[in-house]
Formats: sequence, C-alpha cells, structure tokens
Amino acid sequence: MRIEPLGDSALLVRIVDDFARDPEASLNAVLGALRSLESAAIPGVTELAPAYATVAIFFDAARIESFDALETTIGKILHASSLEGESEVEAPWHEIPVCYDREFAPDLGDIARAAGLDESEVIRRHSGAAYRVNCVGFIAGFPFMSGLPPELATPRRAAPRKEVPAGSVGIGGAQTGVYPRSTPGGWNLIGRTPMRLFDVQWNPPAILQAGDRVRFRQISREEFEACTR
Amino acid sequence: MKLFVRSAGFLVSVQDLGRPGYRQSGISIGGALNLHALRVANALVGNDDLFAGLEATLGNLRLRFDDRRVVAWCGGEFTVRIGNDNLPPGHAGVVAEGEELTMAAPNAGARAWLAISGGIDVPLVLGSRSTDLRGQFGGYEGRALRDGDVIPLGTTSRLKERRFTNRRTDKSGDFEIAAPWISEWSAPTTWTATTRGDRVLRIVRGANWDRFTSEAQMSLLTTPFTVMPDSDRMAARLEGPALPRLDSSDLLSEAVVPGTLQVPPNGKPILLLGDCQTIGGYPKIAHVITVDLPIAAQLWPGNFVRFHEVSLAEAQDLLREREEDFARFRVGLSLQMS
Repeated sequence: MRIEPLGDSALLVRIVDDFARDPEASLNAVLGALRSLESAAIPGVTELAPAYATVAIFFDAARIESFDALETTIGKILHASSLEGESEVEAPWHEIPVCYDREFAPDLGDIARAAGLDESEVIRRHSGAAYRVNCVGFIAGFPFMSGLPPELATPRRAAPRKEVPAGSVGIGGAQTGVYPRSTPGGWNLIGRTPMRLFDVQWNPPAILQAGDRVRFRQISREEFEACTR
Repeated sequence: MKLFVRSAGFLVSVQDLGRPGYRQSGISIGGALNLHALRVANALVGNDDLFAGLEATLGNLRLRFDDRRVVAWCGGEFTVRIGNDNLPPGHAGVVAEGEELTMAAPNAGARAWLAISGGIDVPLVLGSRSTDLRGQFGGYEGRALRDGDVIPLGTTSRLKERRFTNRRTDKSGDFEIAAPWISEWSAPTTWTATTRGDRVLRIVRGANWDRFTSEAQMSLLTTPFTVMPDSDRMAARLEGPALPRLDSSDLLSEAVVPGTLQVPPNGKPILLLGDCQTIGGYPKIAHVITVDLPIAAQLWPGNFVRFHEVSLAEAQDLLREREEDFARFRVGLSLQMS
C-alpha cells in the first residue's frame, strides 16, 4: 500500500500494485479499504472514490490538521483493517438484458473474425461469462467490467464514433461495458440493453457500483422493443 | 422573483460549488470553474456560500429582474453595467425592477461569475444546482441558458437590501432609493479580477512525474504553452514542446481532479478543469494548485501559459491562508452591512 498526493486537496491510496494479476482479490482489497475509510469518518475528508487498484480521498485542506497527520491517520486505519484479514465484501448481482441484433452490433463481425469464432459463439460467450465492475466513470454511470473471456478482448477502435447510442454494450480491450447514455465513444459495439443504468433521481444514481457482479442475458429484438415501448 | 434572459451570450450556465459525493457513480464535481469567485460574489450580495449564481463565458449577456436585487460579479476583464452605470468587479450593486444588467465581451479573460441576492432557485439535483452540461442535468433544464429564458430566483429579504442601502439613506430614514446604487467597498482585487497578464500557474508534481524524461520535466517548467481551440469546461488543451515519457506502458485508470495536468501519448498536456471526468488513464505529470485554478479558469484559446513548481506544503499553506482571509473578509463584510 502506498499513499500519494493527488494535487493539494486529495490523496490516492494505492492498495494493490498489480491489479490485473488477480482482479477479484484486488477489488476485494480495494473495497475493503474503502469501507474501513468510510466507517472511520475522518474529519475534513469530503469524499472517497475507488477505481481499480486505488482509493481516492478528497479533503478540505482548510479543515484537516495537516497533510502529514492525515496521511498517518489513513495509514493507521488501513493497517488495522488489513490485520483483520479479508473481510466479506458485499457484491450484489445484476442481470442486464442485451439484444445482440445486427443493427445494435456493428462491430460483432470484426470481433468474431479476429477471434476465429462464429458471431453466435461470440454472443454465447459474452452472455455466458460472469463480470465484475472494476470502476464507474468516463461518463456518469459507465461501468468498466472485468471477466471478459480473453478470446473476445479487442482493442478500442482507432477512430471513436461521434455518437454511440444509449444502452450500447461494448468491448474495450479486455473489458466490457455499457454506455448509459449516448456519447462519443471508441469501444466495439456488440449489442444494446433496454435497461436504464443511470438516473439522477436515484441514489446512488448509477445502478452499477465498483465491486458489483454482472451477467448479461440475451434477449430477442421483440423483447427489446417491448421493454423500450 | 424572476430573472429574464434578454440575451444569453455565448455560454451561460447556472453553477454553485459543485456536486461532491457522487464520484463513485462517475459524476463530475462540476460547479463554477472559479469556486472562490462565486463564493466572493455571493458574500458581496449577502448570500450563503451554497447559493447558485451564473457563470458567463465571453459576456454578451443582458438580464432583467422583476424585483429589486443586489448583484456582484468577479472574473475576467469585463465591462458590467446596471443601466448606464459601471459595476466594477467585487462591488455590490442594486438593480431595480425592470432595469437592465449588461455584461459586454471581455478585453481579457474568458469567464465571469455573477451572484444575485436570493440566488438562482432551480431544483437541487444530487445536492447541487450546478448545470452538468455533458450529463444534461442540474441547473436550468440541464442546459446553458438561452435568449428568452425566465429563471426563478430565491427570496431576498427587505432587511438585507436595507443593509446594502442604508449608508446613503439612513439620514432621511427613507429606504426607498433611486437605483442603481453601487457599493464603495469591494473585495480584494486578487480575488475579483483573475485575469493576469503573465499567466503563470503554480504546480506540484504529479504521481507520474518520474515517468517523464528530464527534458520533458524541464520543458514543462521553462517553456510557454499555448491554449488550443478545443478547450472547454472539461479541460484546457495545451500545445508546446512535446513531453515524452520514459516508458510507454499503459496506466490503469485512477482518480483525476480539476487542476490535474495529464499527458496523452501525443505528448500534448491537458489541464483538467471543473467538468473533468472522475477518472483518467493518462500519466499525471503535475497538478495546478487550488489557489491558481481561478487563473486557469480564464485561459482562452491563443493564450500562453507557463508553469512554476512549488512544494505541496507551500500549496496547502497558500490555500489555508486564502481560506483564513476569506473568513476575515466575511466578518468584515457583515460589519459593513450591519
């Protein structure tokens, strides 16, 4: 574990060094640290946010005792929680319905060719795997997920699309994700979900949070249309 | 209780101190790009810190109100008038019902923050009235203001107005004064006029400083960079000498903050501002210190900007000092108004 300054009003705690070696255990360690820091309610700390191997700690520089004191406090909290050993991290399951219809999947053919698989086999493998949310970001509510079968990993498109429709399910490198709203984007699109993932009226506004588990369930075009009607 | 937008200019949005607490859902902090300027303007009109005001980009703004309001602004080199009277930055002024408040295009700088007594009364979305322009929520209908918009304002107390006007009227005991009235007192100019000719931003080293070549580190600290046209509330994109890295391996995305200076593979640094994403995967060479973000918020395409390194302790001392000065300013202001 390492604590690094992130400008003058935030810190970054690096919980694990090699996230990719074991994303499952890494995420558990990061979320465990996040929960410990949350329950410690350190004076002057305004917000905590996990992303992959790190937890960011935002603070009000005018309200903390000193930067060094804050660092020491954080170190103590995390040391104590690491002594308690690996705690059970709550990780709710979500099922996301996806229609892999050709119209929603402009990059399915390229992925299938690159992997040497039929398109239907790509769909079967994508919807058959278990995923976990590494972090939420890029745009509000966008989940970056690990668990993609390695043969489906595909580099991002060289030129991002000017507009990716809301609900698009994509592959970017070794991760899969869902665009909660329309935006420019560079991931390879293989389907679309009618499910809403983000709404500012909800709390939290993003359904998927770091650590959550996800399965995709293939639905027909008819089901998709019925859901969006 | 209403604000009429006669001319919305180039880009005007409702902003407050931002939307902390939702980074875990990927929501940007947002808020006024110069949070301090909005706080100072709010204090000048007797508002709380949390009241929402307007952020105007490049001026060309004309506003009217259906009741009497106290207004104040901070920011670039704009000319702001109440009717025909000049309202300098950092001064409070009274705008009478039906009178026009105008903000012309700036001579220098890009943005200004306008506070109105009672504040802008749009609904709170996730605890903030800020407009998230990219997410299209918050503020007024989740968008920039347009000509003809009618924006709800909060209540403003008669007593508060009286405080602003009594210096001129307490002899006669008549509080009805002929607007406009502009305060003689003002906020410190370093807070209210944030456009500087030299445009030097102080930085602290970022986590990935050591991933850059010594030439890159030297270039960052000695060479001016030009602000590029594709700059907005998310980031100021800069061009100058390329900033090569020692190793080209990818980084896992991690938190970024307003002020982060990140360098994508093309070597052209990007200075993140208030509407920046919550995470990023580009190496962070440095961070502009919080007290200099007001200067960063004035950068406009074609401007030159330089960087000067300071220690983290110095950056935090400067911030603490400014907060103490602001607390004193608030006390002083309440004495002026009582």
